[in-house]
Amino acid sequence: MTAPKRTPLFEEHLAAGAKMVDFAGWEMPIHYGSQLKEHELVRTDAGVFDVSHMTVIDITGGDARAWLQKLIANDVAKLGFEGKALYSGMLNETGGVVDDLIVYLTASGYRMVVNAGTTEKDLAWMEKHKAGFDVTLTVRRDLAMLAVQGPQAIDKVCALKPDWAEAIRSLKVFQGMPFGGWFVARTGYTGEDGLEIMVPADEAPAFFRALREGGVAPIGLGARDTLRLEAGMNLYGHDMDETVSPLEAGMGWTIAWAPEERDFTGRKALEAQKAAGVAMKQVGLVLEGRGVLREGQKVVVDGVGEGIITSGTFSPTLKHSIAIARVPAATGATAQVDLRGTLTDVRVVKMPFVRNGKKVFE
Amino acid sequence: MSQIPAELKYVSSHEWLRTEADGTVTVGITDHAQELLGDVVFVELPKVGAHLAADEQAGVVESVKAASDVYCPVAGEILEVNAELEASPELANSDPYGAGWFFRMRPADAAALDGLMDAAAYASEIGA
Repeated sequence: MTAPKRTPLFEEHLAAGAKMVDFAGWEMPIHYGSQLKEHELVRTDAGVFDVSHMTVIDITGGDARAWLQKLIANDVAKLGFEGKALYSGMLNETGGVVDDLIVYLTASGYRMVVNAGTTEKDLAWMEKHKAGFDVTLTVRRDLAMLAVQGPQAIDKVCALKPDWAEAIRSLKVFQGMPFGGWFVARTGYTGEDGLEIMVPADEAPAFFRALREGGVAPIGLGARDTLRLEAGMNLYGHDMDETVSPLEAGMGWTIAWAPEERDFTGRKALEAQKAAGVAMKQVGLVLEGRGVLREGQKVVVDGVGEGIITSGTFSPTLKHSIAIARVPAATGATAQVDLRGTLTDVRVVKMPFVRNGKKVFE
Repeated sequence: MSQIPAELKYVSSHEWLRTEADGTVTVGITDHAQELLGDVVFVELPKVGAHLAADEQAGVVESVKAASDVYCPVAGEILEVNAELEASPELANSDPYGAGWFFRMRPADAAALDGLMDAAAYASEIGA
């Protein structure tokens, strides 16, 4: 048993009253008092998450682009200018998802952000697939990462960084830019507007304190999960993993099929799946009555078959339960969930559930 | 640190019991239990008039994080349930020993409470 790792903000979390838990080998804040209050603050105001446990990898070398075009299912050729971001799955040969990630085009090459729990596996996978490519991977443990999210997030960051404000306000969604050793991107995992900010580790504690003093509440991993679920965003290891096709996990939009000759890893398997017909699909489930849908619960679709809930929770915004599920492709507008032994009717909806503070499904 | 009022009795499934002046017993979940659960969003309470055995399931408490059974700590009849808690489940978090009570019961054998944990024993049970 190795001791859990700590981010550069560990002491700041304790000072803010965090309850710390082990998450993917990291000692992280689950909440600072109330997960529900933190959730609401992000939907209505602004909150800051420590996401320094995620791994930033800089990719340089003459073959960086060609290598990424082979490595990931989305196509970095779409990144038309410096700072532009792309979401993608990194697939194995059978079309399963090794990880999901964001990659930015930078002045020196590319910058990738991968999940904490998959980092070692990802790096081993990337090393293994580097043979023959002029590519250098640099893991940036010298950077901390803070996500500042919510309708007031950008205003509150700009108030602290007046010299950068105009440039930050010019960022479009899924676009970032460097400021010296910092990198500020208009991305997130909450369904709200906001920024993800990479900052030199030694400057992170002071920035975190300044954000708190500037009216940005610290938010734990608990609310991070309910926020992303309301936003209909996948969580790796739950909504998909190496055994699940992106076509059955709501990630079809992240696969760049054109140009046909781009032979990314997993392409042949996905093409075979498409040709044979994809058996399952990802949907949202809504339970407007009492009870909470939970990961692992069985979904029963009358006359069609069975599926499974991959993430479920109580939605603090909607005040009832919601879930992400993988169900038979022929599933219609209703299904039932085995809720602690009772088959309970649920509605099947198109996600997301919440965007910019508001309910969006029918 | 969890609150563990000295005048109550406790069971290892994290319910507390308070003997009222009329001999009835009020039951709820402990401060430690609500801390473990996090924000409570639904409760399911037993039926008034139900006769439950000791350790029989008496309800469910669902938090954002998890669902957990609530057990009847001693055998007896359910006399009343906390309707206010059904409407405002967060009372289990904010006032676990007061407004967040779950149900009131008449124990089949009042002496059954004597064998349950006191505050010191419960504190040691949860490592407080």
